[in-house]
Amino acid sequence: MTSILKTENLTIQFGGHIAVDHVNFEMPEKHFKSIIGPNGAGKTTFFNLISGELKPTEGKVYFKNEDMSRFSSVERTRKGLGRSFQITNVFPNLTVLENVRLAVQSKEKIRYQMMRHFTSYPSLIQKAEELLELVLLRSKKHAIASQLSHGEKRKLEIAMLLALDTEVLLLDEPTAGMSLEEVPAILDVIKQIKDQGNKSILLIEHKMDMILDLSDSIMVLFNGQLLADGTPGEIMENETVQNAYLGGLYDEHIAKS
Amino acid sequence: MTSKYQWNNIFLSIMVIALFIFPFVTDSRTWTILLTQIFIFSILAMSYDILLGYTGIVSFGHAMFFGMGAYTTAVMLDRIEPTIGVFVLSIATGMLITGIISFIVGLLTLRLKSHFFAMLTLALSGLFLVLAEKWRSVTSGNDGFTFRAPEFFKDRMMFYLVVLVCMVVVYFVLRRFVQSPLGHVLVAVRENEQRTKSLGYNTLHYKVIASVVAGVVASLAGSLYAISLRFVNTSVLTMDITLDALLMTIIGGVGTLIGPIIGAGVIELSQHFLSGLAKDYPIFERWIIFFGILYILVVIFFPSGIVGTIRQAFHKRKKQSVGKEEQSNSEEL
Ligand SMILES: Nc1ncnc2c1ncn2[C@@H]1O[C@H](COP(=O)(O)OP(=O)(O)OP(=O)(O)O)[C@@H](O)[C@H]1O
Ligand SMILES: [Mg+2]
Repeated sequence: MTSILKTENLTIQFGGHIAVDHVNFEMPEKHFKSIIGPNGAGKTTFFNLISGELKPTEGKVYFKNEDMSRFSSVERTRKGLGRSFQITNVFPNLTVLENVRLAVQSKEKIRYQMMRHFTSYPSLIQKAEELLELVLLRSKKHAIASQLSHGEKRKLEIAMLLALDTEVLLLDEPTAGMSLEEVPAILDVIKQIKDQGNKSILLIEHKMDMILDLSDSIMVLFNGQLLADGTPGEIMENETVQNAYLGGLYDEHIAKS
Repeated sequence: MTSKYQWNNIFLSIMVIALFIFPFVTDSRTWTILLTQIFIFSILAMSYDILLGYTGIVSFGHAMFFGMGAYTTAVMLDRIEPTIGVFVLSIATGMLITGIISFIVGLLTLRLKSHFFAMLTLALSGLFLVLAEKWRSVTSGNDGFTFRAPEFFKDRMMFYLVVLVCMVVVYFVLRRFVQSPLGHVLVAVRENEQRTKSLGYNTLHYKVIASVVAGVVASLAGSLYAISLRFVNTSVLTMDITLDALLMTIIGGVGTLIGPIIGAGVIELSQHFLSGLAKDYPIFERWIIFFGILYILVVIFFPSGIVGTIRQAFHKRKKQSVGKEEQSNSEEL
């Protein structure tokens, strides 16, 4: 088994607060792993450390056994670590199509082309449209991104991530804040990507049914620490996890429905 | 979509043709000179729009590139000989020098957060101004020097036409530039730089390219400006030039290219009339105050400038008539 992503004592401290605390984790290629943990557990921060948006206080990130420390977030994306954002992060004044087209373009040589019209590259536009089709957003392709509903922005975010065509996909709560009717479509997209079988996926989510359905393994973060890591079955039976987190979460779940 | 585009082009063509015919139907020296000036500042303002409007870079040092072009042309025509050949060579040399300097400056400064960058550009252009003042053997310091323009330009009309051609060419080249794949990345940087990075774009490269293109075009404007005056002094490197470019771009409409041209027209024309009025009413000598007020009014009431405001009105009307039919925004980028 070759590891695609690995962290070693990954730690970050904000002032006195240790948001990610000596996390050691490893993930094989083409694996689907979910990260769960209560609000403020450090999940998004963990992503920021992997993608290079934040520099760790201590520890390392390895991508395909290569130390990523000296690489910026730009270089990490180019190497194959793509991410989506928990808080929607798109180009608000550009059209939906242009948002995705820009993402498609980033891995092409012509990203530095400055003397030809952008429409001289119809294959990029077509690729962007296909991705919009996949996330069921094609009919909105000419809309300005800021005018999309929240759920639609989440879909756009996913289309942009897929456009990068990176080996690793870091998905930060792709369904956060979506209405219940919108969730299945996204779930379906994630399933399709998983079934194509050529991506390694790391997913942060709160929806347990979705996680159990998709994951090969689950890791639990709690107060920045790795509380447990194992198959869905192991995690569900793990008593520490039950006490620390899942119990509460299920209560919440029941309370909501 | 297409028709809007075509209208744009038809309108532009009519304007350009009218401007080409203009010197043949009038023999007003004043107007020929005034329009020449407007074209020159249009080129400068368009170059500034690449930074401000398309990439979202606020630079207070743009005059340094304008000034370098002006000095290069002035010095070469003065020292070598006042011929068309030297004129063309001096423009190329000016562009090469500004290209190199804007590349180095950009590489060193564009990593900074935008407000630090703005301050640093201010300091750097101040540095170049002092340099020009001290390097008397070449620049003759504050007083500057006069030089002879090529024979060909003795006829103001010829110069008018050459500058007009330059402006039109710059417009089309820059329009193609901003509509290229790279140009769209510049807009992405303006919209959300951090996001552009996370898509894997090295945004520093893009910002440096934008600043080199803007610098080189500003240098061309500076070269033409020097010829139009047959004189150069350190005023070409001052903050006034940068502020003019800023004002023209904002009043005309940032991120539109055509806006800066209109802005240059508005500013130069009102400057002309106000200084005319000042002969009778001394208060108008303080025309800079009027621009200050104009600037504030534009920023408050028409933040997207003349062209931006017209486009918005046009869009609204079109939306109402076409109903929900969407339209592509990308054409405008
Ligand atoms: N840049 C920062 N500066 C200071 N503190 C931070 C920063 N980023 C995150 N934190 C803190 O680190 C902790 C972990 O935050 P993080 O966003 O990673 O949690 P999370 O697990 O993603 O939570 P959620 O489920 O709400 O998204 C929080 O206490 C947060 O306030
Ligand atoms: Mg989070």
